[in-house]
Amino acid sequence: MFEDGAIINELLIERLNYFIYVVLLLIGLHAMISKRNLIKKLIGMSIFQTSIILFYVSIAVKDEATIPIYKAEHDPHGAASKAAALELNSTDEAKPLYAPAELQPEETQQYANPLPHVLMLTAIVVGVATFGLALALCLRIQQGYGTVEEDELLVKIERSDARYSQSPLAKAINPRRRPARTSRKPRTASKATRVSQKSASSPKSTGATQTKKSAPKTKATQARKKPAPATRKPAVKKSSVRKPANKTTSPKKKGAE
Amino acid sequence: MKWISLIPVVAVGALLLFAATDFPEWGDPKSPASQSPVSSHFINNTGVDTEVPNMVTAVLADYRGFDTMFETVVVFIAGIAVLAILKGSGRRRRGPRTTYKVEAEPDLIVTNTVRLVVPVIQLFAFYVLAHGHVSPGGGFQGGVVMGASFILIALAWDLDHALVRMSLPRCIAIAAAGIIIYAGIGFLSMFLGGEFLDYAELERVLPVSREMARYHAMLGVEIGVGFTVTSIMFALYANLSSEGRLKGGL
Amino acid sequence: MENAIAWVLLFPLIGSVACALLGMANRKLCYPISIISMAGATWAAVETLFQAVACPSAEVSYIFGGWVLDLFPRGVGIEFRADLLGALIALVVVGVGLIVSMYAKLPVEKETPGKEALYYPLFLLQITGLAGIALTGDAFNLYVLIEVAALTGYGMIAIGSNRAAAATFNYLILGTIGASLYLLGVGYLYIKTGTLNMVGIQEVIAANNLHDSPAMQVAFVLIGLGILIKMAFFPFHAWLPNAYSNAPTTTSCLLAPLVTKVMIYVMIRMVLTVFGVEFSFESTLWSEFMPWLVVIAIVCAAVMALAQREIKKMLAYLIVAEVGYMVGGVWIYNFYGLIGSIFHIISDACMTLCLFLATGIILRACKTTHFDGLRGLFSKMPLTMIGFFVGGFSIIGLPPTCGFFSKWYLITGGMVAERWEYMVVLMFSTMVMVVLFFRLIERIYLAVSESGQNLGKGHGDLGLTKEQTKFEEAPLSMLIPLLIAASIVMIIGVYNQEVVNQIERFLEPFNLPRGTGH
Repeated sequence: MFEDGAIINELLIERLNYFIYVVLLLIGLHAMISKRNLIKKLIGMSIFQTSIILFYVSIAVKDEATIPIYKAEHDPHGAASKAAALELNSTDEAKPLYAPAELQPEETQQYANPLPHVLMLTAIVVGVATFGLALALCLRIQQGYGTVEEDELLVKIERSDARYSQSPLAKAINPRRRPARTSRKPRTASKATRVSQKSASSPKSTGATQTKKSAPKTKATQARKKPAPATRKPAVKKSSVRKPANKTTSPKKKGAE
Repeated sequence: MKWISLIPVVAVGALLLFAATDFPEWGDPKSPASQSPVSSHFINNTGVDTEVPNMVTAVLADYRGFDTMFETVVVFIAGIAVLAILKGSGRRRRGPRTTYKVEAEPDLIVTNTVRLVVPVIQLFAFYVLAHGHVSPGGGFQGGVVMGASFILIALAWDLDHALVRMSLPRCIAIAAAGIIIYAGIGFLSMFLGGEFLDYAELERVLPVSREMARYHAMLGVEIGVGFTVTSIMFALYANLSSEGRLKGGL
Repeated sequence: MENAIAWVLLFPLIGSVACALLGMANRKLCYPISIISMAGATWAAVETLFQAVACPSAEVSYIFGGWVLDLFPRGVGIEFRADLLGALIALVVVGVGLIVSMYAKLPVEKETPGKEALYYPLFLLQITGLAGIALTGDAFNLYVLIEVAALTGYGMIAIGSNRAAAATFNYLILGTIGASLYLLGVGYLYIKTGTLNMVGIQEVIAANNLHDSPAMQVAFVLIGLGILIKMAFFPFHAWLPNAYSNAPTTTSCLLAPLVTKVMIYVMIRMVLTVFGVEFSFESTLWSEFMPWLVVIAIVCAAVMALAQREIKKMLAYLIVAEVGYMVGGVWIYNFYGLIGSIFHIISDACMTLCLFLATGIILRACKTTHFDGLRGLFSKMPLTMIGFFVGGFSIIGLPPTCGFFSKWYLITGGMVAERWEYMVVLMFSTMVMVVLFFRLIERIYLAVSESGQNLGKGHGDLGLTKEQTKFEEAPLSMLIPLLIAASIVMIIGVYNQEVVNQIERFLEPFNLPRGTGH
């Protein structure tokens, strides 16, 4: 089973490094796909990228070769180069200090291949940048939704998507009950504004009702009639702006009936 | 759900192992990558072309310098994007209120040790940057060590202490300056008649030979990279650790 | 000037650094700086295209660092190679960038106030990344530029609301898987060939006859899979509708026309230049089963677009369908199919730009992009709606818009290659798009009568008053880019023969089958 050419020999002994990196890659990929916590997904991403980096670096290895930095005898600013320059100086007007020599093909084997190392310096930096950005996203999600577990997050997102993708007509005709959400401002502040809005706008709206024809109200008309300084922070979503308008609809409808 | 996701993973694994049977052996000096004329040129001719002993730095900063410029740009993007995502969002406390108030005083032993050690760390960072031509090192490595020194200050005292020395507008300015240095050397070579990032053309302004012009331009480029990496490393830490609510921020 | 190809990337790069620095001092400076740098980049791209057209070998080659040696005419370092395809795509990228940067003033101020000094650098660096992808000739440089484009994209989307941040996380995970698979594929190519230059890889494959090696086949699969994830090909499209519909207006105007199309360009480049026509179409089995996957993709995307009630999500699913068209055009292995695919990249960028610009104006004016909020818009904003309709007609494929001609070539390719499934699905999806757009046109166009009365039950109970439908056109800084985009859609349609001539000249050397080639 372990002779040359068998699959176990090929994969596990001669090419052990590739096998290990494939296993690492699968661990990372599985974590990215199947884990439910966002931070664990990011750890999987990091493992995935690391395995690719290790794969590239292992390409650069040569048997009995040293790191890709010149040894003393090949050093461009070393003794051999200075001696060559002194020889040249007697004939050359430019008088160079150093005259490094090109390496012979048999000496190339002493050094590992520098190109994959360079590529992986770039890949490591790109991986760090992506990881930093992903952590910032996790922080923002935590601030906005209060959780970094994917299933809880999906529930909250579906609820908010269902709210925002409602047609503006449906929202006007059927004012929603105000749901209990943790991602809104604290209840006290908005209740206070709602109470003040209601008291401020109900005399205005009852006055407006008498002059207006009883056409079915659309969202656009309500938006036009609503007093301008409603809670108009850019952070506040449309729904809280609509709340005072919806509250004024119900007293008007009750009045019409 | 976790067992269903094993299916694509195992499929990818089988695919990769199928390909791995075709690869050259580990460390084979006759593999195509090792025999290729491109890498042989790098090994044989780096000394002649650039007089830099470290082949990896020479390839990184000179032969493939354009890639390194974009790598620096990626670091810059990460800093700007983290700032863009987290800026102003921490003020609105939506989730359960987790307090990060540091109640304890900075510890005496820690602060005194850090006070002694940080200058040494920063000197080592400069050494790693400058010695990248001759030993493993360079702009990225030196920049990270330098950024770590600022993070150490922030850890030993608190974030405001470090922000006094390296506030976020200053971080962005230093990062932008790093890219300007890198691209500026490239533009200088372009205006002197060569291609973008052709450092040899700098021999017209510097009193050195073509090869030494490359040597010195590589150092300049690495300094630019070091600036950007230092400032962005610290900016990332400052933003992520304080959720964007920097007290002395932009 | 011979450095024009480098200036295509350098103008936006300088612009972004200038925006980051000067924007900290004064936010109002970012907008003019971005327009100036995009104008410079457009000039450089036009210059590069003219140089490529004028050159007898139809390509412009630029080696960074000047590392051209006698033994390595392709350079030891990084090469930028602008052949006709790359120069065309680069021009499209910077042109779209110029139009969106003119448009960007009001939406950026409104949706991300106070963050202009952070948004515009990301904007300009995104264009740098995309233009670089179109022009580069080095496989690893392509990876770095893909990551530049991706990271700036994540930043530009997540700068909006919290919902956008949640959508971006999903996009980030899938995008990183895609880019890393591409990187792994390049590693496999490198381990077998020893070089990273795209043309160099093809030369080594041809010289050493590596067509049958398993590593090459797997490299092809990995690179293909990575690029398909990044271009949102069904079933990897899950990130696109959420990310693009929750993004800020300017971001979706920039990303939607460009990112997926540039990834299709990368696929064409890998198939034609790196792996070669023989390997990609005849040695692998992709040209057998890809058209069937394309059929499933287009049908699912069209049906999901039909189910949406909101413009932005509908347009996002339409992007997925258009990606299906272009991928199908490549894999039916036919000369006309590839012409159609390349021309569709150009035309789809312009028409998607048109639609998203108009949607941004609608969002600004009506505060909603739901279908029910659009009633009677034509009398309110006629010029904007004309721009929207031009984009819609181009997607449907009515002459003389450019969409008609690209669909013409795609259908011709399907017919000539005897790929009936592709032809049928193109017709089917055209019908679906007709339904989609005429539904919208009906709602937008039908307005209220002059007296302000309801139009009654038969017209869907509009109930709009006279002042809701009075003329209140969009601000000029948003309207003029939309009209420029709409006119480009028409101009490319009318002058399509010029563009197709250049595409044919590019495709000549590849000897694709023009008859029944299977």
